[in-house]
Amino acid sequence: MMKPLYIQGIGNVSPQKSYDNSHFLDEVAEVETNMLKSLDPNYKEYIAGDMVRRMSRIIKMGVAAGKICLADAAQGPEPLIPDAIITGTGLGCIEDTEKFLSNMIRNNEEFLTPTAFIQSTHNTVSAQIALLLKCHNYNFTYVHRGFSFESALLDSFVRIGSGEAATVLLGGMDEMTANTFTILQRLGQYKQKPVNNLNIFREPSRGAIAGEGAAFFFVANKPGGKNYARIEDLDTIYRPDKGSIPSRMLQFLERNGKNQNDIDLVIPGVNGDPANDKVYDEVMHNLFQDKAQAAYKHLCGEYETASAFGLWLAAMILKTGQVPAPARLPGIIPGTVRNILLYNHYHDLDHSLMLVSSI
Amino acid sequence: MPQKVYITGMGIISSIGNDVGSTFNSLLEEKCGIGRITLLETNLKDKLPLAEVKMTTRELLDHAGVSGRKNLTRTTLLGMIAAREAIRSAGIENISECLTGLISATTVGGMDRSENFYKEFLADPKKGRLIDIVNHDCGDSTERIADYTGIMDYMTTISTACSSSANSIMFGAQLIKAGFLDRVIAGGTDSVTKFTLNGFNTLMILDKESCRPFDENRQGLSLGEGAAFVVLESEASVMARSKTVLATLSGYGNANDAYHQTASSPEGTGAFLAMQAALKLSGLRPEEIGYVNVHGTGTQNNDLSEGIALKKIFEGKIPPFSSTKTYTGHTLGAAGAVEAVISILAMQHGILFPNLRFETPMKELNISPITRVTKGIEIRHVLSNSFGFGGNNSTLILSRS
Repeated sequence: MMKPLYIQGIGNVSPQKSYDNSHFLDEVAEVETNMLKSLDPNYKEYIAGDMVRRMSRIIKMGVAAGKICLADAAQGPEPLIPDAIITGTGLGCIEDTEKFLSNMIRNNEEFLTPTAFIQSTHNTVSAQIALLLKCHNYNFTYVHRGFSFESALLDSFVRIGSGEAATVLLGGMDEMTANTFTILQRLGQYKQKPVNNLNIFREPSRGAIAGEGAAFFFVANKPGGKNYARIEDLDTIYRPDKGSIPSRMLQFLERNGKNQNDIDLVIPGVNGDPANDKVYDEVMHNLFQDKAQAAYKHLCGEYETASAFGLWLAAMILKTGQVPAPARLPGIIPGTVRNILLYNHYHDLDHSLMLVSSI
Repeated sequence: MPQKVYITGMGIISSIGNDVGSTFNSLLEEKCGIGRITLLETNLKDKLPLAEVKMTTRELLDHAGVSGRKNLTRTTLLGMIAAREAIRSAGIENISECLTGLISATTVGGMDRSENFYKEFLADPKKGRLIDIVNHDCGDSTERIADYTGIMDYMTTISTACSSSANSIMFGAQLIKAGFLDRVIAGGTDSVTKFTLNGFNTLMILDKESCRPFDENRQGLSLGEGAAFVVLESEASVMARSKTVLATLSGYGNANDAYHQTASSPEGTGAFLAMQAALKLSGLRPEEIGYVNVHGTGTQNNDLSEGIALKKIFEGKIPPFSSTKTYTGHTLGAAGAVEAVISILAMQHGILFPNLRFETPMKELNISPITRVTKGIEIRHVLSNSFGFGGNNSTLILSRS
């Protein structure tokens, strides 16, 4: 049994105006696209100007989200130094990776400069945050597809559960590039034509809308800061047997002293691709037919660490007591929300469950 | 009473051997794996040495018993071979008899094939065989290794540059202590690619000859490839199988240098803090460490910084130490696990493996590593360092059981 993690602060750079914690989806980005891009905060507020210019998007998004999160959790002007910085990313610094790789191929292994190579390392974001904070503490980066953010969350549970850490800066981030989009579109993962992002559940079509973002959470062993929500537990399931998810989900709730009636809102990782979403249908139909549902991938797009955006949505709902209309799925109208279950899967390989409750 | 974490199996493949036995023989015979490039197709072929695993990717497919499979990268194959050996050596017959996880580590993942894909893709975005790019991401290699070994309960992948697989062992131990898993196959795998070779070349930290860590005249590092895994088990899991234990993982620590994205701080702050954390967790005094397997890459910056940190943590009395990267080259994401396996071999056989090619101590520190195979040494505890880009510094302490 894990000790819960208390979310004391949040920082989220995403295709929505989520970098500003005083707003919660009161304005929603509605775009004709098959690739949602993050909305940039004024990066110079968080990162020195000469550094901003050298940084790729994922580094800028990650560092800014991390700093917004720490400032959000802080009680006074003193900057918070977490006992650990733990991040997850599916593809890491793919823009710098592509840049170095392309230059290497085009220039036939000659006339190369090191900057893109240095910044292509998967742990660059957590390292840059440590550098800016002068934080010498535990610093880990997980890079496992649909388990990337979930692994960082599990490590946070373990570090805090063992008492090694009282606070963790936890984050999940990925960036989308034109090349990666083209490749994944060729693989059938993304939609061929632009669509209205707010319409994808009403008019499903093959493929998801690509997305990106960096969502950070200041999690602690006790309530404090802005007291958003409590992450109760996490489960990850690799290649589940067909039809096994509902019983696994019930076990998951049971080990947290709950059953499906205790869940007030379910947030599946649906993305508007019928092949992807039918995996969720079985569970929703079996267990949560009479429950209110919300979704988020029409707001942030599909990417390996989109579940971090999902956790942000859940935490904001619990903090504000509101399920904003653009996040609701048709059906039951949500009442008071105390317990939220998030269920996400990546290509039907990596499945994850998160249970989040109000403080 | 804190949970103990035991090591009951290990597997390794690198330029000095395709398994634990041949690795041990090469170490004893001072047979170095660094040499002229024979497999990687690169324009740097005759300019820089590499420590390649001396098997083509096709030969690795056969060796892993998966001939004909088309979606496996070199990184994955190296990992499969080492993980299979680790599981066999632990005598595990039924991988799912208890909660078992796989924690792998890699820095390049499937880059060896992405390089081929990109050549065609850059010329025409409709071109490039998709089968050469679907395995690009780091998590792919881990899932292939999991499918191959039958590990289903838990898996993840760590990428913290050159400390990656030390960190996968560290996370595995934490999951066992937390009661989350009974058993973890932990380690890492990396193949050499043009990407990494050219990347390190732009940093001008590659030695044109075989590397000479801790030497006054060191000229940089030598890149290598390989994979290594260890089997970590809880006490209950070991007892249930009445299995002989190879070693105990008695301490570990990770700290961040927070100094520079690639360079180590002149004071060795991160290195010192990682060693200090590992010693504290192990409950050992510095003088109880019988051998240090240093990170020792051979770059000006690392060896000086690490040497300063060693002097500080051991208060001037540094135990016998060596960089076995002088044999295997720097295997990046696999290095921490490769060196954990070598450290266990040192303890098991009571042998100190040398820092090859060492001649002149660094004038700033005047410390000398082991230069010859030294037998008949009782080593109870080994400290092994792995440091990476982003100031990611990790230390493991392994003890004889």
